[in-house]
Amino acid sequence: MTIRQPVPLGLTVNGRDHHVATDPTRRLSDVLRRDLGLTGTKSGCDAGDCGACTVLIDGAPVCACLTPAAQAVGRRVETVEALAAAPETAALQDAFLRHGAAQCGICTPGMLMAATALIRRTPHPTRAEAEAALGGVLCRCTGYAKIIDAVCNVHPGPTPEMPQAGAAVGARLPRLDGADKVTGAERFGADHLPEGALVVRAIRSPHPAARFVFSDLDGFARRTGLMVFTAADIPGENRFGVIPPFADQPALAETEARLRGEAIALVAGPRAAIEAADLSAFPVSWEILDPVTDPAQAQGARPVLAERPDNVLTRGRVVRGDAATGIADAEHVVTGETSTAFVEHAYIEPEAGAAWMEGETLCIRACTQAPVMDRDDVAKLLALPVERVRILPSGTGGGFGSKLDVSLQPLIGLVALKTGRPAVMTYTRRESMQSTTKRHPARMTASIGCDAGGRITAMEFDGTFDTGAYASWGPTVANRVPVHASGPYFTPTYRAETIALHTNNPIGGAFRGFGVPQAAILQETLYDDLAEKAGIDRLEFRRINALRDGQPTVCGQSLGGVGIGACLDALSVEWVRAVAEAESFNATAGRMRRGVGVASCWYGCGNTALPNPSTMRVGLTPSGRVVLHQGATDIGQGSNTVIPQICADALGLPLAAFDLIGPDTALTPDGGKTSASRQTYVSGKAAMLAGQALRAQVLALTNRAPDAALLLSGAILTVRDSAGETTLDLARLPVAEGYALVAEESYDPPTAPLDADGQGAPYAVYGYGAQLAEVEVDTVLGTTRVLRIVAAHDLGRVINPLLAEGQIEGGIAQGLGLALMEEYLPGRTENLHDYLIPTTGDMPEIRSILLEVPDPEGPMGAKGLGEHALIPTAPAILNAIRHATGARIRQLPALPHRVLAAMWEAGR
Amino acid sequence: MSAFHRPTDLTEALAIAAGPGVRPAAGCTDLFPATEAQVLAGPVLDLTAISGLRGIARDGKGWRIGAVTTWADVIAADLPPAFDGLKAAAREVGSVQIQTSGTVAGNLCNASPAADGVPPLLTLGAEVEIASATGMRRLPLGAFLTGVRQTALAPGEIVTAILIPEVAGQGAFLKLGARRYLVISIAMVAVRLVVVDGRIAEVSLAVGACSPVAQRLSAQEAALAGLTLAEAEGAVTETLVADALSPIADVRADAAYRIAAATDLVRRAVAEAGRGA
Repeated sequence: MTIRQPVPLGLTVNGRDHHVATDPTRRLSDVLRRDLGLTGTKSGCDAGDCGACTVLIDGAPVCACLTPAAQAVGRRVETVEALAAAPETAALQDAFLRHGAAQCGICTPGMLMAATALIRRTPHPTRAEAEAALGGVLCRCTGYAKIIDAVCNVHPGPTPEMPQAGAAVGARLPRLDGADKVTGAERFGADHLPEGALVVRAIRSPHPAARFVFSDLDGFARRTGLMVFTAADIPGENRFGVIPPFADQPALAETEARLRGEAIALVAGPRAAIEAADLSAFPVSWEILDPVTDPAQAQGARPVLAERPDNVLTRGRVVRGDAATGIADAEHVVTGETSTAFVEHAYIEPEAGAAWMEGETLCIRACTQAPVMDRDDVAKLLALPVERVRILPSGTGGGFGSKLDVSLQPLIGLVALKTGRPAVMTYTRRESMQSTTKRHPARMTASIGCDAGGRITAMEFDGTFDTGAYASWGPTVANRVPVHASGPYFTPTYRAETIALHTNNPIGGAFRGFGVPQAAILQETLYDDLAEKAGIDRLEFRRINALRDGQPTVCGQSLGGVGIGACLDALSVEWVRAVAEAESFNATAGRMRRGVGVASCWYGCGNTALPNPSTMRVGLTPSGRVVLHQGATDIGQGSNTVIPQICADALGLPLAAFDLIGPDTALTPDGGKTSASRQTYVSGKAAMLAGQALRAQVLALTNRAPDAALLLSGAILTVRDSAGETTLDLARLPVAEGYALVAEESYDPPTAPLDADGQGAPYAVYGYGAQLAEVEVDTVLGTTRVLRIVAAHDLGRVINPLLAEGQIEGGIAQGLGLALMEEYLPGRTENLHDYLIPTTGDMPEIRSILLEVPDPEGPMGAKGLGEHALIPTAPAILNAIRHATGARIRQLPALPHRVLAAMWEAGR
Repeated sequence: MSAFHRPTDLTEALAIAAGPGVRPAAGCTDLFPATEAQVLAGPVLDLTAISGLRGIARDGKGWRIGAVTTWADVIAADLPPAFDGLKAAAREVGSVQIQTSGTVAGNLCNASPAADGVPPLLTLGAEVEIASATGMRRLPLGAFLTGVRQTALAPGEIVTAILIPEVAGQGAFLKLGARRYLVISIAMVAVRLVVVDGRIAEVSLAVGACSPVAQRLSAQEAALAGLTLAEAEGAVTETLVADALSPIADVRADAAYRIAAATDLVRRAVAEAGRGA
């Protein structure tokens, strides 16, 4: 490794002169972040692939990660921290907030800097100009629409007012935690750098399957000045997992690595020693094993894990009636198969965090979706009582399911615990992609039958899911898929069986939808074939079969507030228009063909037939503030805004009176994990109950009617009903735990266990949606451009339309990537230039239609949305490609060469 | 101890370049992605401060693109229609951020099979000017690029300029990737066309990402010479296009698709250039 003497460099950043002594070739991003403390500039890939580190040099946008510090000397460097000081760029920041352009916020500084360069040159850009200017910054949350909206509408808009008491739910409110995201002040996993911290790096397996032995670890440590940690240093039980009965993954592999990129050892030391060390000389020798890579061959192959010798992790099953006979007796039957790829979450923030000791307590501040699960896994691995582990989540720069599992938390925790010194770690992009979970690849076959009138009579489904080396969320995928594979349609006879198999491939885990998006691709594309056979319009075919209130699901559950019919109905005008336009276009066009597709989703919110409670605490302080202890992590989806909105209206005080605490396992009750589209519904309901309970205390103290109005002025709370008013001086009430009045409530969805045939009540609340996609296919090149998507989603009750649209647009972006471009191949696409996610220029125009079919159970009628939005997108696009060209895509993604091959197969 | 040099004078730079293992650097948009370290390894010679090495100039014999001229400089330059393909390629290099820093000569020295700059420069008949402490030489671009990530640069040599003769005609460039921005080509095509009295008087075609080094399509060029633009479309065939190519199958596409796509891109690029010619 290069050792280069630091040289003094003079840098002018945001108008201030700085003098740093560093290697002149050091990445400017590193100098800005660590030498100057300007952590608003983010590092997402260190390769110019994501643009998160975009800064301006002499007014032009560059990737700070590709700029040697010496090249910035004598030039004008501008970072996100400077934007608030100038009116034109402050207006841009406001526009980002107002339009909901920041979700997780990790790409926001890069977006803002690229946009700054544009609007200085072109104050009123067109969408095309904005897309081109921002094409070098990747966003995984938003689908870009609201970012482009903001850049094209910078002129000061009406400042959104905080809603009055009782009017928070339904308000189009910018996110409450947004200000720090547009100034660069939000602290993500890599932004907390405790004084004197040891830098931790993992030694990882270059092989998918290999046994290993260490040799002279002491000698390596002596030569490099680094500390070395292996599995032998882990004091507790070296196996973790999100589902405790299946926990099987070591924090550090012990004698055998089971996937490429698995950590086998740690080194830690001062940054200079870490940078100087040649980690490729780490003393380990490998005995390469024959890797199990094909799930179809996994049963009977070498066991990946000794405890599961047949490589079967688990199976899932839902059976209702006699589906085989139903298929045999059907008037029309279609059969098909589909396979999908590993899909990478590709959040722009690689895993990062810091750990330190406070007395006897191990504190960990890292990006996460599940602080309490992190705490419990770390405690078990490090043999600590849970009270001695405190998780204080950092800002989380995207998660989408992968940050549910612990990654570096036990690793930095181990170093901090063993050394007593703070420890920090940031994964490289390659480490992040190699070692963390992926969407399960699926190989699925199905047959669906209907009667002469187009009514579904039967469905059979078999799915094999590659769960990789360790369990992670494999059992959840295996169980969720059979429950959902019918789609939101009345299916009187049904058999769906799944198997999750171990391989030495990447770990299949949670990714927005837990396997349901894969199953929906097969079911919804087969529906198009079946509608064609039955001679029924494809949208009408779905409307005929849409599940209705009281009809049993494939699990025999009878639901209320079923919104799929409303979603399909909402598409009908657009459907007629789009089909007519496509047909008219195709009548005259040459190589370009247009098509329209539709697909639906349903998705149960929360754990499948298992408890998953959330608890919320809300208090009134003696000084008259409302404090909500909100333990649900906001990874960009908006729970820091939506949950207070619900609580405010339940309590009857304005949102402006609220302060938020948490998440922090020492300060907030368990809000559960941010997954399964459960936070608005489950945590939201707990927040509603807590708000109502606090209100009941106030009403009881004042003896006022249930519909009384609450008015807060300083510490004086006035309660007014038709009979009069009473005032409470909060400052004079007895104080307990800092509060004059406080309430805490828990909520756990009422579900019922599934029997051996999968019959029961797996979820208390479902959400519904349907999307229409219009595409244009180049029939010579096989390329697909998605022109427009209309997304109708039933939210039960729309808590915040601005954030809901953001969820839909972001889900569509990920669904588009799943359909058209994303395929993770170990060893080949371990970066963001070989693994492609959509850019600004790949997104269609999106129209969101938000519907409200109230749910009897959800808070104020609300249902979940986060995962739903992704599910219909890919099948709607594939159905549109088929409509345009006849091509039936059986292997995803629909890369251009696969589209052409499918067209040839279809004979067009 | 590794050094970092940032000379302002070419003679000084060439003396440094003669040292063992010295790595020339300009925009660093390929050097940094090749490492996960926060610094560049080895002795580094930063060429970006050398006076006279940046910019596009015209003399009596042709055009000179200085070695540290960026893609953004190319986009901003006032150039004749024959350079439209090079300009279009400049807009397709990575992202605006990469175009700000990345240099045309660096794109050649990195010698990726998918280098966006190579096909249009091949159609412009570009030569590479190479200097060392002991002298200067010129190589045609096709001879400069010797393989995947390989060039004819000898130790101690650096590229000082790209030289383009006075060329006539209309250029065009088309890039096919699996997404809109920040994408490595599946295939790309550059064309330069001179049309006289409705017939193709001169045609240069080059294809990138379909062989270890981007190639001129001499067989296809010969077949197009003298045709009308209307005849040209039908005269572009997979056989003639494939003649100079040897595509691989990779994560982006298979080999057969690349030939078919390149053929289509040639057809469309010829038509596009024809409309401007």
